[in-house]
Order: sequence, then structure tokens, then C-alpha cells
Amino acid sequence: MTVLAIDSLSIAVAAHGPDALPVIDGISLKVAEGESLGIAGESGSGKSTLLLAMMGLIQDGLHRTGGKASFAGVSLLDRDDGELTSLRGGKLAMVPQNAGTALTPSFRIGQHIDEALRLHTGLAAVARTRRIVELLRQVRLPDPASLLKRYPHQLSGGQLQRVAIAMALAGEPQVLLLDEPTSGLDVMTQQRIIELLGEIRSQRAMAAVCVSHDLGVLAQLCDKLAVMYAGRIVEFGEAGRVLAEPRHPYVKALVASVPRLSSISLPRPIGGAAPGVPERLSGCSFLPRCSRAGSGCSGQPPPLQALQPGHLVACRYPEAATHAATSSPAPVIARPAAEVPVLRLENVSVSYRRSSWLSPRQQPPAVSGLSLTLMQSEILALVGESGSGKSTVLRAIAGLWPLAGGSITCSTAAGERERRRAVQLIFQNPDSSLNPRHTVEEIIAQPLRLYFGMGRAEIRAAACHYLASAELDPRYLTRYPAQLSGGERQRVAIARALAAKPSTLLCDEITSALDVSVQAAILHLIHDLSRSQGVAVLFVTHNIAAAAALADRIGVLHEGQLVELGPSATICASPQDSYTKSLVGYSQLSAKRTTFSRIGG
Amino acid sequence: MTLLFPTLTAALRQPSGAAGLALVALHLLIALAAPFIIPHDVAAQNSAAILQPPSLIHPFGTDRLGRDVFSRTLLGGREAMLISTLSAICAMVWGSITGIVVALAGGRLDSAVMRVVDAMVAIPWILLVMLFVAALGSSTAALIPLLGFSYGLSVIYLARSAALDFVARDFVLAAQVRGESRWTIAVKELLPNIRDSLAVQGAMQWSWIFLAVSSLSFLGMGVAPPTPDWGQMIADARGIMRTAPWTVVWPMVFLSSLIIGVNLAVDAWAKALGIERLGRTPQA
Repeated sequence: MTVLAIDSLSIAVAAHGPDALPVIDGISLKVAEGESLGIAGESGSGKSTLLLAMMGLIQDGLHRTGGKASFAGVSLLDRDDGELTSLRGGKLAMVPQNAGTALTPSFRIGQHIDEALRLHTGLAAVARTRRIVELLRQVRLPDPASLLKRYPHQLSGGQLQRVAIAMALAGEPQVLLLDEPTSGLDVMTQQRIIELLGEIRSQRAMAAVCVSHDLGVLAQLCDKLAVMYAGRIVEFGEAGRVLAEPRHPYVKALVASVPRLSSISLPRPIGGAAPGVPERLSGCSFLPRCSRAGSGCSGQPPPLQALQPGHLVACRYPEAATHAATSSPAPVIARPAAEVPVLRLENVSVSYRRSSWLSPRQQPPAVSGLSLTLMQSEILALVGESGSGKSTVLRAIAGLWPLAGGSITCSTAAGERERRRAVQLIFQNPDSSLNPRHTVEEIIAQPLRLYFGMGRAEIRAAACHYLASAELDPRYLTRYPAQLSGGERQRVAIARALAAKPSTLLCDEITSALDVSVQAAILHLIHDLSRSQGVAVLFVTHNIAAAAALADRIGVLHEGQLVELGPSATICASPQDSYTKSLVGYSQLSAKRTTFSRIGG
Repeated sequence: MTLLFPTLTAALRQPSGAAGLALVALHLLIALAAPFIIPHDVAAQNSAAILQPPSLIHPFGTDRLGRDVFSRTLLGGREAMLISTLSAICAMVWGSITGIVVALAGGRLDSAVMRVVDAMVAIPWILLVMLFVAALGSSTAALIPLLGFSYGLSVIYLARSAALDFVARDFVLAAQVRGESRWTIAVKELLPNIRDSLAVQGAMQWSWIFLAVSSLSFLGMGVAPPTPDWGQMIADARGIMRTAPWTVVWPMVFLSSLIIGVNLAVDAWAKALGIERLGRTPQA
């Protein structure tokens, strides 16, 4: 029986009529009792708008232009909020994306869950307390009785996510809506949350809808999978089949762009960028990026057609039903054999600084006794979970944290100023690492002016050159960061780093704020730069698969210690340290479930 | 100028913004043209025409010394406008620089300076100004730095909090890693991001200072006679408000329409710039 139904739903920005810009366009989906549906898509694909519509919510500035959404026969979009409050958080519950910000800081954990129970069950106070403890136990939180008296800031990210799940479960939901349930969590925590959700679903025969950009998460959580692109569903079917044998060119390319531990080669990027809402085409929106496009692709959008029973694809020229993993890996340039050390860390320690009440500053996680040598044009990945100290190491090298012990020597640079030039840091989030009030040219001009004292005319030429090195067109020079996509912004940040002519690039999780298909392109760029320009790269990441794809060597950091260091292939194939083993194990687990199990077996 | 024109047109498109800008423009026009169009000498007393109601010769009537209220009203905003403009510039310059410097320095310097500022804000400035005026005598030259200093204190809060929004951003960190000087970071990285807030705050400061000058004039410590001033005119006429309302109504209308106009225009301008205006209530 269908519990949640979306019927040709369209939601658009601003005006009704022909000017309306569709955010989601003619979406139809059904979720049966006990079934789990995954919705995959990159940022801007409309997946969050769709999930909110399933709660009967439409964001400010958006309007429904057609279609409907209903839960167990109750229309969700034609009622006022008062009529829906008994439903929301009760039979239809949602786990928000970031549990840390979704919980009220001044409420205790128990109060959060109690609120949901009070609204949706008729239990008395004593019974509610018993139920809260029971719910906290169900989400596998230790010592529930004391936990319910704590405040959100006293819990870790994974624990908060569990609390959010317990809150959603309080109303005995028939459908659980999950918005990126694992984003922002460490690999192992992610895996445990996924296991918990699977367990809960099997116990309760509850339906679930999960929105994520992470195909691995969806593969593990969901039976069915819908992939969205530019506001439309482009492929729908059994999750295992869609991911193993994608038929839509976009989905196939998306699957190929995910780095995997099983194949130590760079993932393939998708050229171009997903269109923003105003740039969407009347025909197939993937057309400009598609290699299979033909004459029928413009004009009308391709309808969602069944290629096989239960496998729907919106493409006029679908891919052949071949295994996704058989696509040829991207070419990898071998590293030159000469071993010239450029950066040497000897016994480096960074410790907590004593904070005084006058200057409460954020403290870096401690790092102790770290030694490693980075060779010319070598890519070394530092892998670890949050709190392992991997970013602290980078910042210490960049000169942002003072060293408590040991030494950092940069063999190509003498003196403080030269060292700052030779070692360039690229930040995780290009949204905040580029000044919003500077044009791309001004951004790239800063190192040129500072280190080389260039004048205006020289800067223009040099900026063009470095933009080209980061594979961007010179016409971007006059744009502001807000006018660029996330991937383009990160390229500008890379161009700025290159403009200092560094011998070492320090990359702090530079792909984690980007969409999967864009991530692959940035990995390629970094790889090519290290090979063609001889730049050494210290690449910090939590994603061991990306590290394996990109790096020559991998170092694993755990609680501030370098627990293992060796060639990528060796680390991934036969990890020695117990922590590395579990890290590799969890990553393999998610990779295995992603693609290869269901079809082969 | 890049800041002003596109946003000015956007502000004009809002009805309240257009009304506000029109009021401000009218006041500026009157203030500039007043010396050439006033029919009577503002200081000329006429014992034959004391407290006369509005007539063709005296459109706004005459006050208790027989001076022409029309001429005095048209001319009555000029001095206060000049004082406000110069004081607002002083306040913005010293407040912004201090705010940005402490935001960038952080740590102990920030805490120390801000506690001192907290303490100074707690002192009622009008008492301070009265003290100074009593000691130095009422002069425009003394009023400007005094008002500039006391109103600059609230600018420090705004500039500091606006700058703090950006100090923690990675692009500032990136500039530090590059080895840019603090000066470059403040001027090239921070200032472009907070100048909108500062500009709006500056316009707001101007209207608050204008009110403060009028209050001081009302108390007899601001614009000194014989220069006419709205606050001073209201103070002069407050005893005869019932019998000769024209003596007090016109300066009031002029004063409040200017303040309302500035507020409407600034609100629309802030909206066009897309910023939340901070610190709505003036001190005093």
C-alpha cells in the first residue's frame, strides 16, 4: 500500500505562468509501506525542495505550480500548517541534516524527545520518561538515564544524530524522512548510523525516504533509488541495479566519478557544471555535458520510460546495460623517479595552548612526534577522522600554529618570507577562502603583488596564465566569487596558490565541500599539477578512497599520531595498524555495498 | 561612488525611500539657498511687530522679539547640519579604525579596549558635554570633537562586530598565511566587506548627532545666538506655545521632517544594500 505519493509535482521560483523557473519539474514518486526510497542528486538538483514538499513544506519564495503530494490519502500541500502539525513529527517524521544545529542549545536531550512525545502520544509524564530512556536505548546511546539530562553541546556529532533519530521515532512514524543523515560525520560514525537506521527500519517495518549526495550511503539504506538532475528525475529503479548498471549518461558518469578503494586510479570527472535554476533548458538539461546527445535531445524534455520493468530512464539515447565499473579508468601520469625532498617534518609536536579567560581561543587538536618527508612532485595524503590532528598539521606547516617541538624545514626556501611563499595552503571551503568583494583578478593578484612586486600589466598576463593552469577561461578574471560555481571557486583558490610559485601545496579537505562529479575534476587537476609542475602536495582528507585514488603515499593519523605511512596501494591492500585496518574496512564495506554485491550475487 | 549610485536608484524605487530622499533633498536645497531667499534679517528685532500671526510680510509670523520666524526657520538648520556632518565624520573615522583594529588584534587588546568602551558608554554623554561647555564655553569648534568622540563609541561596537564576522573567514586567514601586513588585511580584505554597514551607520549617526545638537541648543549649550537654530527657537518660544503657536510649530516641523527623511532614506538604502541596520535606538 502506498503511504507517500508525489504526483507530477512542480515547484517554481517566483511568478506563476510562463516566467516561472521550475526548481522541481513534474516529479512523480510513490513510497510503499515499509519501503525505502533514496533520492540522489548534486547540489541544486532540487532534492531538498522535494523532501520538504513531502513534509508539506514549501520554502519562502517558491510556489507550487502543479501536482500534489499526499500522505496516506491526506493531501499535504492543500492544508494549512495547523492541520498538519498532528502529522508532522508524528506519523511523518523528519531527521534534519545537521542534528547539531537542529537541537535547541538550551534544552536538555530529554526535553527534546519529551516534546515530541507530548505532542504525538497521550502518555503521562512518568510514562514519557520511561519511553525516552527506551528510545535512547533503541538508538544505541550509552547510559540513557544520565544522557537525557545533558545538553546538546555535551554530545558528539554522532550522538546528536542518534538523538535526532530518537526524536523522529518518538511519534511512531510510518514514514521517516532523512535529509543527508550522515553528512558531516566521520566514516566509522557514518557506518554505525547507517547500520542503526537499517536495524530500526527492519524492526518497525517503517518506510523511509533518504536524500543524499552520497551514493554509497543510499546504496546501503535504500531499496529504490531516484537520481535527480536539474529538477527532474533522470533515472529510477532498484538501488543496486541503478548503481551497478546505470543507463542514463549522467548517472553513469556520476557513478564513475566516485573514488573507490577497489580501483586505485583517479575517478572520472563530468565535464561542465550542473545548470542553475535560470539556466535550465527546455529539453534535456544534461545535453551540454552529454557525450551521447543526438538531434532529439533539445526541445521537449525526455520522458521517464521503462527500459526494463521497474527501471525507468529519462533519456532518448540510454547507455548500454554494461557494468558501471568496467568503464576505463582515467589516464594517470607516472611520477618522475628522481627523489628530491622539498619539505621535511621532524618530530613535529603541536600542543594545546593554555587559554586565559581574556582570550578564549579555539584550541587545535594536539599532534605529537610527527615525522615525514615530502618529495618533489609527490602527492602524500594524510587521512584521519575529525580530531585526529590532520588539519592542525597543515596549519602548523603554514605557520598558523606555533610548534611545541620538532622542526619543519622547507628545502627550497630560506627565511620566513620565502617559506610562506613556497608553501601554499588551499582551504576546504572556497566560499569563505575567497574575498566576496574581490574579482578573480584581484584574488590572484594578491600573491603576485606581495611576493613578486608585479605591476598592473604584468598581473593581468600572469593572472591569465595561472587561471589557465587551473583550467579556467581568462574571461573569469572580472567575475566575483558569487558568480562562480563551487568547483570554479576552488579552481580560483588553486590558481591563487599557484601564483606564489610554491614548491608545496597544502590541501585541507579541498574536495569535501564540492559535489561528487566536481570533486573528481579537482582531484585530476591536483594530480596533473603535481606531475607537470613538480609541485609536492600534502593532501589532507577524511576520505580514504579519494586519498588512494590520488596519492602516491598515504599517512594515517589517529589521535595526533602518525600510525601508518606507506605507498597507497600497500596501505589499502594490506593495512598493518589496527586503526588503519578498521578505517579501510569500513570504507570497503560501503564501497562493496555500493555497486558490486547485488548484481553479481 | 560604485557604492552609492546603483543602491540609490534601488532605494528610490521603494516609496518610503523616495519620500525620505525627497525630504532630505528639499532640506539640503533650503539650507543652501536660504541666505539668498530669506526676506528679513534673522537677527533684526522689530518692537512694532512682536508675536504677530502669519501674514504676507511674515509668512510664519514673528517671535517675541519681533524677528521673522520664516527667515529664522529657513536658516535654522544650517549650523547644526555643519556640526553634525563634521562630528559624524569624526565619529566614523575614529570609531571604525578602533573597531577594526581591535577586531583584528583580538585577545587581550580587544577585551581591554572593549571594557573601557563599555565603561565610557555607561557615562551619560550629555552631562559630559555640559561639563565641557561650562568649562570651555559654547563653541562649535569644541562641540565637534566632543560629539564625534562620544558618538564614535557606538561606531566601535558596530565596526568591531561587522569586522569580526569576517576576521574568522578563511580569506583573512589566507592573507595571514601569505604574510600580508595587518594594514593590507584591514584595508584590502576587511574594509570592502564592511563599508556598506559603515556607510549606513554613518548616515544614521548623522541624524542622531543632529538631534543631539538640537537638544544642546535647546538647553542653551549648542548653537549660540545670534545664529538661529531650531532647537534654540523651540526653547525661546516654549513659554508662549499656546498664545503664539507659529513661533514653535515651524522649527518643530522642519526638525522632525529632516530626521524622518534621513531615517526613511537610510532604511531604504540599507534594504537596497541588503544589510540589517544595527543599533536602531540613539543614545541620550
